[in-house]
Amino acid sequence: MATTTITKTEKLVGKRIRRREDPRLITGTATYVDDIKMPGMLYASILRSPHAAAKIRSIDISKAKALKGVHAVFIGEDTKDAGAVPCGASLPGLRVPHHNILAIDRVYLVGHPVAVVVATDRYIARDGVELIEVEYEVENAVADPEKALAPGAHAVHPQWPDNVAFTFHQEGGDVAKAFAEADVIVKQRITSQRLIPNSMETRGVVADWRAADRTMNLYTSTQAPHLVRSLVAQILGLEENRFRVVAPEVGGGFGAKIQTYAEEILLAWISIKLQKPVKWIESRRENFTCTIHGRGHVDFYEIAAKRDGTILGIKLKLIQDLGAYFTILTPGIPTLSVLMMPGLYRTPNISADIVGAFTNCPPTDAYRGAGRPEATHGIERMVDMLAAELKMDPAEIRLKNFVRNEEFPFPTATGLVYDTGDYSAPLKKAMEMAGYDKLRKEQVEARKQGKYMGIGLCAYGEICAFGPSPATPAGGWESCTVKIEPSGQVTVLTGISPHGQGEETTFAQIVGDELGVGIDDVLVLHGDTQLVPYGIGTFGSRSTAVGGTALYYALQDLKATIKKFGEMLLESDDVTFAGGQCTCNKSGKSIGVKGIAAAAYRAMKLPANTGPGLVATHFWEPPNFTFPFGAHLVVTEVNGETGDVVIKRYIAVDDCGNILNPLIVDGQVHGGVAQGIGQALWEQAVYDDNGQLVTGEFMDYTMPRAHMMPWIESAHTITPTPVNPLGVKGVGEAGTIGASPAVVNSVVDALSTLGVRHLDMPLTPEKLWKLIAGRNA
Amino acid sequence: INGTTYSHDVEPRLLLIHYLREVVGLTGPHIGCETSLCGACTVELNGKAVKSCTVFAIQCDGAKILTIEGMAANGKLHKIQEAFWNEHGLQCGFCTPGMIMITKQILERNANPSEQEIRHGLDGNLCRCTGYQHIVNAVRAAAKAAGA
Repeated sequence: MATTTITKTEKLVGKRIRRREDPRLITGTATYVDDIKMPGMLYASILRSPHAAAKIRSIDISKAKALKGVHAVFIGEDTKDAGAVPCGASLPGLRVPHHNILAIDRVYLVGHPVAVVVATDRYIARDGVELIEVEYEVENAVADPEKALAPGAHAVHPQWPDNVAFTFHQEGGDVAKAFAEADVIVKQRITSQRLIPNSMETRGVVADWRAADRTMNLYTSTQAPHLVRSLVAQILGLEENRFRVVAPEVGGGFGAKIQTYAEEILLAWISIKLQKPVKWIESRRENFTCTIHGRGHVDFYEIAAKRDGTILGIKLKLIQDLGAYFTILTPGIPTLSVLMMPGLYRTPNISADIVGAFTNCPPTDAYRGAGRPEATHGIERMVDMLAAELKMDPAEIRLKNFVRNEEFPFPTATGLVYDTGDYSAPLKKAMEMAGYDKLRKEQVEARKQGKYMGIGLCAYGEICAFGPSPATPAGGWESCTVKIEPSGQVTVLTGISPHGQGEETTFAQIVGDELGVGIDDVLVLHGDTQLVPYGIGTFGSRSTAVGGTALYYALQDLKATIKKFGEMLLESDDVTFAGGQCTCNKSGKSIGVKGIAAAAYRAMKLPANTGPGLVATHFWEPPNFTFPFGAHLVVTEVNGETGDVVIKRYIAVDDCGNILNPLIVDGQVHGGVAQGIGQALWEQAVYDDNGQLVTGEFMDYTMPRAHMMPWIESAHTITPTPVNPLGVKGVGEAGTIGASPAVVNSVVDALSTLGVRHLDMPLTPEKLWKLIAGRNA
Repeated sequence: INGTTYSHDVEPRLLLIHYLREVVGLTGPHIGCETSLCGACTVELNGKAVKSCTVFAIQCDGAKILTIEGMAANGKLHKIQEAFWNEHGLQCGFCTPGMIMITKQILERNANPSEQEIRHGLDGNLCRCTGYQHIVNAVRAAAKAAGA
């Protein structure tokens, strides 16, 4: 039985309650962007560059313009007044390319938008695109960040011939001394390959300009509607208060819908030019080539330790493949990796150098985990290699180096303060669930039989709940308005913008418990800038920890007002509000929320210093990030004949603090783990030397399918965070962060009998089969 | 379609998914890839699950089609829909109409499938949110609710 039936007096928080948002989704009646239709609406289709680097010699749009049903064709020259795609991250000395919404003079990635056709239907718009003739002068491209940094490489932007967008240095402690005093130093180059986020719904935009009242309505598949509003209004010189952005039903994001994209600006611009509503829906091919990618690291690690396994210091040289231009967070993502490079270990000395490299590829940006999977993969691989070097058990070396419980709040060498933790608890729990000692014995037997059995551990930490505003590019607070309507029913207007994470349910649970109302009497609304207060959005595992806390404090304000009305109506100064009732502690008389709401709106009489109505708004600024942690344990067997990795057991023990709805938390863990396993074993954006994406469709880019996924045994330890009153830390990205090192450590362990010490992802059957065949030859 | 007869003159190149969504106004089936690899557009055509992004509307002249909108009857959810809801078999919901339609076919072919048979049956439909585990649970629960 997955879900629980709730009686009205029971607490809602902590229950496996099925989601409030599901009825519209399981009946096919939800409204995604492509489901929006407007009278007179036109369709846009975009011509994109087939070359990764080329000068545009000429564009002939005459045939497309002449096609029946085509209303307009625009090229880069036409859109010069529209401004560039915005980047919110800043670093000292950062070189920011001006990325126009349509290419002008030259293209620098496959998929670069060159022209747009607007027509009466989507078929004609695509026909129009086919009729545009572009003459290109093709140049050599560079699609690999290490090659881009080599002398003589093609310059992605001619004004910066070294392809270096920025360099960044950070250190803490005394890393030179740590390395001088070390008994052992382990070095390894570790890559974290380019990935393609691939939400099942591609991006899409409907722009509807109403000239008479100077109002823009922009419907877009985004995770951050207010950010899109502020940026596009500013770029096009429109009035922000008349610019409405709606994120309708959004079919997944995973970080790839935080950005403000060229198409959002372009569609708004077209709607103004043509005075018509216009729709653009991204094709899957466009999603592969034109939406942001994730990861793209080449890391050079060195770890220094004493012979007893005590880690003294870590050095990292990080090459970040940035792509050809920046979206909202592009250059900031690798700095997150540096912040989290110590992992869960006490490591007092660190040094990191980032080089951001331009390549003729789409920008990298936040993809589920955003910088932390790369960091965790690095430290967790290095710790395993260190254990192997010292002939220690990988569990033992981790337990030895974890930050101790009494050391919280723990200041790290990278300048963070870890909030709270019991880092050994999930690892011990995972080992207990797995029967770790018995597994190691089984492994000895399996090896005698010639089997490649591996046991992999990962103890991960992450930085979540973004975040204190000074540490974020666009503010890190969150907002909430709660209205108790005259009927006593409750409406929540939240600044976050969920798209599958289930806050319509978890927020209703919080409201139910705080106000003592039934969950069916609560409605949670989001994603419309004309309806909800200004919000930052849903990303970085922040929605419940930051947005839920804004809700919590708005509810406290409301409860104080309810109590005042209760005191007035019960004619008592000794009133308690609990379980949805104001009760006089002397007379025992009581009145419920419904009665109080009716009185507050009828306003025949009002408490002192209190106005009519029951509405509260709270903007909450978090004092710190939260730092969830956990341990994943993976048992694998590699088939020596085929190179296939079979995951025999997958154990995930996560500590995300208090759990509001275990059903939803499990779902987040499963989905996160799937994306982490996808990176470990199959997924990779492969570019050839000409900058062509070889894995540009689902046929070639191996997304996990149902039969490829193992059964995930999920469990939790609970260490509430002191950062917010709910004690919640965030769980959206945990699974992804824990999975890739756990799987790779397991496979490396399996193949260690062949002398394997490290393998770079993805661990495809072809790669492993070649390796096994080669070493056995 | 879903028990109602529709008659339209359409271009030969119009895809079934566009016919359903744009002409008939049934926006439950979704377009996820346009290459029949993701299954978000899955509908039932003459009793068999098909990917409606790679079928022409004119191929369906005279055919009987069932979409997600036709699953609930008389205001009551289909057992498969209930199972997806109870088991948290969806997150963003975009793949869900296709998942529910393919589940109907899985259970019609095998009333009591094993985990491996369920996973094999779901293989043509991609989900990026759930890791499939709760979808597998939903198919099992639907089988159980149907009396398997």
